[in-house]
Amino acid sequence: MPLTGIEIYKHLPKTNCKECGFPTCLAFAMKVAQKTVPVTNCPYLSPEARAALEAAARPPIHLVTIGADKRKIEVGNEVVMFRHEKTFYHPPGIVVRLKDTTPVEELKRRAQEVASYQVERVGMKLGLDGLALENASGDPSALARALEAVDGQGDLPLVLMAGPGALAPVLEKVAPRRPLLYAATRDNWEAMAELALKYKCPLAVAEPSGLEALAGQVEKISQKGVEDIVLDPGARDFASSLVTLTQIRRLALKKNFRPLGHPVITFPGEGAKDQEEEALLAAQQVAKYAGVIVLDRFSPSLAYPLLALRLNIYTDPQKPIQVQPGVYQLGAPKEASPLCVTTNFSLTYFSIAGELESSGFPSWLLVCDTEGLSVLTAWAAGKFDAAKIAKTVKEFKAGETVSHHSLILPGKVAVLKGELEEELPGWQVLVGPPEAMDIGGFLKQHWKN
Amino acid sequence: MAVLAEVPVEKWVGQVHEVRLGGNGRREVVVGGETTLPFLRFEGALPHPPVVALEVHDREPGDWPPPLSGAWGNALKDPGAWAKKAAQFGAEIICLRLTSAHPEEGDTGADQARRVVETVLGAVDLPLVILGPEVPAKDNEVLVAASEVARGQRVALGPCVEKNYRTIAAACLADGHVAIAKTPIEINLAKQLNILLLDLGLSPDQVLVDPSTGALGYGLEYSYSVMERLRVAGLQGDKMTAMPMINTVGEETWRQKESRAAGGMPPSWGEWEERALLWEEITAIGLLHAGSDIVVLRHPRSVEKVKGAIQALWGK
Repeated sequence: MPLTGIEIYKHLPKTNCKECGFPTCLAFAMKVAQKTVPVTNCPYLSPEARAALEAAARPPIHLVTIGADKRKIEVGNEVVMFRHEKTFYHPPGIVVRLKDTTPVEELKRRAQEVASYQVERVGMKLGLDGLALENASGDPSALARALEAVDGQGDLPLVLMAGPGALAPVLEKVAPRRPLLYAATRDNWEAMAELALKYKCPLAVAEPSGLEALAGQVEKISQKGVEDIVLDPGARDFASSLVTLTQIRRLALKKNFRPLGHPVITFPGEGAKDQEEEALLAAQQVAKYAGVIVLDRFSPSLAYPLLALRLNIYTDPQKPIQVQPGVYQLGAPKEASPLCVTTNFSLTYFSIAGELESSGFPSWLLVCDTEGLSVLTAWAAGKFDAAKIAKTVKEFKAGETVSHHSLILPGKVAVLKGELEEELPGWQVLVGPPEAMDIGGFLKQHWKN
Repeated sequence: MAVLAEVPVEKWVGQVHEVRLGGNGRREVVVGGETTLPFLRFEGALPHPPVVALEVHDREPGDWPPPLSGAWGNALKDPGAWAKKAAQFGAEIICLRLTSAHPEEGDTGADQARRVVETVLGAVDLPLVILGPEVPAKDNEVLVAASEVARGQRVALGPCVEKNYRTIAAACLADGHVAIAKTPIEINLAKQLNILLLDLGLSPDQVLVDPSTGALGYGLEYSYSVMERLRVAGLQGDKMTAMPMINTVGEETWRQKESRAAGGMPPSWGEWEERALLWEEITAIGLLHAGSDIVVLRHPRSVEKVKGAIQALWGK
């Protein structure tokens, strides 16, 4: 819960000394509440007041960073239960688990496969976020060998799943990359906490016997000085994952309960009997509150829909999503194929693109920059008029893309036909149907190849 | 030892209306009735699990890609055989689409609708959802005919849309059916249409809301959030948003290029059939967590997987 100006004011010296640059302590407090100046600008803040203010300003879910390179995973710091209340900020890291019992060459191949996986959607490049490496052999030297094999394959952020005995030797080398250490348990927590402190790595805390026990464990480890903590409450199946992760987030957000104010790591593969089930459980966890998702199975056909889902759920609902203006191909259009025009509001684009895709008519779709407004709204706001459409036709050289110089206009802006034909000499403007779903029928009736 | 703050439990005052389909000798399905968010058994009542429906069309679909049409084979040519197969595959409801009534898909009328509804009612004992071709004049013609044939079987008829709901709602009133109120991914429009339907005399247990479904990657997030908002509003006591929800998941995912494209796709898309199935299943899983009570699917394997997930979520 962010503090109000008045609450901050109570902690200030109330001397109106002006040394912070504001005329009164109250004015300063108001600016601090708006986060335009840091509270440390007050030279006379008592240490107690400072500690109290900083504690109150801390986000209810701690932000944890795994990895140190460009491809690091940042999770936590969420502020709502539902994306429509504001937005979800930090998409869960999706990593793939490898085991040190796998032959070295095979490990290299799989690590490379994960590191290089990339899929493009609406102009964005999506990929996986890291590797989890498990000391399944129990042999510390096997972990070191496996780490050497996967290291250098793209330098992805790492989750190291091993006990303190196997971790200590490899951390000498790999610690600067800030791997997540998995996991502090009831039996080894002191040694794990020492490693996390010594090597400045984030630490996962695993305690499957209930949230109270987990919170107790986290508190002991926090008291040792470890701050970057990830929770594993041990929930592995559909029902317990949803309930447990919901409860953890509610405790953090609604009760400001610090011990559970950390991101959560999940293992959908452990609760699934095959790849499809693992994908579905991971899908639940993308939507419902996971911070790091460790997949046991990787294949492109599983990764792509999961990444698409993550993109959907973590899209900011406060901003209309826009697609890049330009000429899009739906199906495999030729120069005699129909050319439609629409706006760049993503839902508008997807409606018409989906219909064209299934219409049986491979088509071109010209997308105008309307700042993310839909057809009627953009027209009413003057952002989708004849001049804008004509300009877009020229900008993207639509006249060179198609041989016929016919442009299909959304039926809702039929009124633009005359003006648009004036703006685009040599072009014929056809008025399409008002609803995207009728475009297939329209083309069947009106489009002669 | 940390003292655990009590897990916050929401004190919802509302309840989703219960809607019954079938009965009267036919198998019965009840959806709705929940007093909390999806699957959160620790804070409220969840009397009925969400259910899975499979689509049956009254004419062979011309545009289904091979991973989908191959799963059905010749059954696609015969609505009765298709419905029987759907029942064997585990569908809990048959969603019969009267596609042949569409002016461009055959332009059939009331006679054909009567025949096919009779056939499907006779072939299986599952409850029915019957959808028109989404052309207002034809919807009115074929759904009224379907309504008469199915009298007493309590089927769901739709879509009722803002500009065309009176005739279909009147048929539901006359023959004791359930109306499907479809609006374009907008909470206020959804509520408004529910009010209009109840004003005509339908009772709250005679309305299913179709909030419009965005497929994964194609507007899923809009459907997801509108459904969460509708469900939260309903649980907070707004009876006009507390209707069970139905999503036409299969229809939306199987027309996207991820499910249709045969070749020329980047290797990062992976194997076609696996991808297409997950596209359908993940869309369903997402919307079930947002409050869907009936998901309408197309592929038999998706039925098995989605039902498996629902059972696991149900915790039984």
